[in-house]
Amino acid sequence: MKLESITKTFPGVLALDRVNFDLKEGEAHILIGENGAGKSTLIKIISGAYKKDAGTIIIDGNELEIHNPRHAQELGIATVYQEFNLIPYQSVAENIFLGRQPLKKGPLRRIDKPRMNREARELLNSLEIDIDPKIIVRKLGIAQKQMVEIAKAFSVQSKICIFDEPTAALTPNEIQELFKLIQRLKSEGVGVIYISHRLEEVFTIGNRITVLRNGQYVDTKNADEVSTADLVEMMVGRKIEETRLDTGRKIGPEILRVEELTGEKFHDVNLNVREGEIVGLAGLVGSGRTEVLRTIFGADRAKGGSVFLKGEGIRIKEPKHALARKIALLPEDRKVDGLVMCRPVDENIILSSLDSVSTAGILKKGKILKRVLNFIKKLDIKTPGHKQLVVYLSGGNQQKVIIARWLCAECDVLLFDEPTRGIDVGAKQEVHNLMKNLARQGAAILVVSSEIPELMKICDRTYVMHEGSISGEFDAEGLTSDMILNAAFGRTKKEAV
Amino acid sequence: MNNHEKKNISQAIGNFFLTIFKEQTILIVFGFIIIGMGISSPVFLTRRNLLNIFLQSSMIGITASGMTFVILMAEIDLSVGSVAAFAGVLAAKLQVMHGWTTMPAIALTIVVCFGIGIVMGIVVAKLGVHSFVVTLGMLTIARGFALIISEGHPISGLTDSFKYLGQGKIGIFPFPAVLFLIIVIICWFFLSQTKFGRGIYSIGGNKEASRLSGIPVDLYKIIVFGVCSAMAGLSGTILAGRVNSGQPIAGESHNLDAIASVIIGGTSLFGGRGGVGKTLIGTLILGILRNGLNLIGVTPYWQRVFIGTLIIVTVVIDRVQHRKEA
Repeated sequence: MKLESITKTFPGVLALDRVNFDLKEGEAHILIGENGAGKSTLIKIISGAYKKDAGTIIIDGNELEIHNPRHAQELGIATVYQEFNLIPYQSVAENIFLGRQPLKKGPLRRIDKPRMNREARELLNSLEIDIDPKIIVRKLGIAQKQMVEIAKAFSVQSKICIFDEPTAALTPNEIQELFKLIQRLKSEGVGVIYISHRLEEVFTIGNRITVLRNGQYVDTKNADEVSTADLVEMMVGRKIEETRLDTGRKIGPEILRVEELTGEKFHDVNLNVREGEIVGLAGLVGSGRTEVLRTIFGADRAKGGSVFLKGEGIRIKEPKHALARKIALLPEDRKVDGLVMCRPVDENIILSSLDSVSTAGILKKGKILKRVLNFIKKLDIKTPGHKQLVVYLSGGNQQKVIIARWLCAECDVLLFDEPTRGIDVGAKQEVHNLMKNLARQGAAILVVSSEIPELMKICDRTYVMHEGSISGEFDAEGLTSDMILNAAFGRTKKEAV
Repeated sequence: MNNHEKKNISQAIGNFFLTIFKEQTILIVFGFIIIGMGISSPVFLTRRNLLNIFLQSSMIGITASGMTFVILMAEIDLSVGSVAAFAGVLAAKLQVMHGWTTMPAIALTIVVCFGIGIVMGIVVAKLGVHSFVVTLGMLTIARGFALIISEGHPISGLTDSFKYLGQGKIGIFPFPAVLFLIIVIICWFFLSQTKFGRGIYSIGGNKEASRLSGIPVDLYKIIVFGVCSAMAGLSGTILAGRVNSGQPIAGESHNLDAIASVIIGGTSLFGGRGGVGKTLIGTLILGILRNGLNLIGVTPYWQRVFIGTLIIVTVVIDRVQHRKEA
């Protein structure tokens, strides 16, 4: 397949400017770039979701137009989207064959369930995916849903498979599974287009790498010719400092202590965070990390155990109790649990501090405006104005809006759940710097992340969880990713050797 | 003034008109309808007719103001028509059968209605039953009680002060219309100037995010259902005052008219966007359409078709304009 001079404009934005891209049989071609660089737009043009304004698409030597997603499928282009398009209350098999279910003969054209389940099982087996086709999709984990999505993409014969940030929500071993699958696809001659924010992966599976920046084609390189630093420079257009910045951070007395905390998905968790300290919480997805944060914050109920703030035992049943104690949670999914997308930036920032900017329930608009503008400036939130709806901001800026909300509420115990998921390299760096600045100003930060390099870069200390309990605690000094991984898989050092 | 400032100002003016066009489509529609009706019918733009429209719209408008709170929170209240009928009957019975004076009778009625709303709110917020179901149930329950209290017959014989509620005038303005405007202003104040209002918008926009931001979601929901029912109760008593009796079968079309007013005004059924000012416009559009179509001789049967179409078209326009936000 070959794309030449693809151009696409949205009202007021040139999303793609004469972009070239080509894909050979059996290769994995990685597409990288910051958010807004045009990766998703390009993918959507290939998969038929958008129409290009100009340029040519050539598949197997024939120049053609892709009219709609269905047409793309018929051409053998399969897409695994970042956000799943699965129907939660139907079975895996029903999802795989959605709209193309095998039918029984006869006037009613009823769905042939046994045949559908059998074919789904064959398909899953051929892809070496171990999932029961009769199970309801809602009951699957994120990684399994993704596998179903891939199986769905391959239920039609495909020559090209597009992955849009497939590993964003996966744990390291799930990623390994996925990579194995991609290798298999490659060996069968399928061309793979792979979008990612994680540069480490790029070298693991990629043959070639194309970089986009601001809708423009930057360059295509062979994976063995470039380094991470080169790629970052190409993506951002400038060099980014990738060192640990720990200058002048003082770690003070203990602020938060959790003892024997037990909830639905974890038990007897002990941990503490000190003033000015960034503490990581690593582990596989499903190991209970998120639930620990949510329970400390009062979003979920604790079944047992106690939480101490500055040595004093506190009871938190509701998020508002936590906020009253200046404890804040940056949720894992900012769109679902964090932001009121249809409301403007200012309302989102001030949401948790309404008490302090109102008398007898009546808002003081002037005071609100002053505070909001102050935080927009302080956190460098890029928005056309404080009245812009949050839905129109980029992921990194949305994340900053939530952080601004907590800072505005003067929170100093900050629980961050995947703070940099789905945001681009530049914004990631900004969020990291922001976290370090907050710690420098005396905040106590507990951060959950699936990206081990991120934890190693910013944390002073890291706890690791395995199946609902703490399986390791490491200082930043001498920490390696193997140590975290082993603890996350529940292996002791001896077993690992 | 330097160039930069000039540019900013012209940009601001441009933005202003753009926002008007995008956000206030309904105002433009409103303007066109008035002009169109004015041209088509000589009677339409007379003071008498306009005041009449206002009067006829005010009862639905008061209910719709309460409904705005509910819809902004992405909930729905289908029971308002029945609650209004119940309120009319209850207030009339207290006065006619038990000799209560007007003020206490109405005050108690509104308190009872508020209580009905609170009960629905508790079931919705605390037990997690969808408001569609809860209020659909209450639609029947309240109607049942209206029939029980009145034994199926209208209760007439209201005092003059009760009638004033529906028929009185302040200067040239009908009392219900004045009350409607006052209520709109109060609702506007609560929605845009208070913590409570901010809470309602954010709950409607994202309930879970609001909870995690410390907004008392359940409490606000319960209060909002109470307020909506209380408003329905108030409009029911006004209606009773207007027709000189408490009618157990009154307000059959009240539910849909109130919801339609909110939606035509441009408040999103998905919650989080809209306001009571929009509802005021929506109510008047509905009133003007009915009145104007009457004046130019369109039968009530066709009127229904027009109004139904209008509801769908407004929502379609809203969906197109705000595709990304919902």
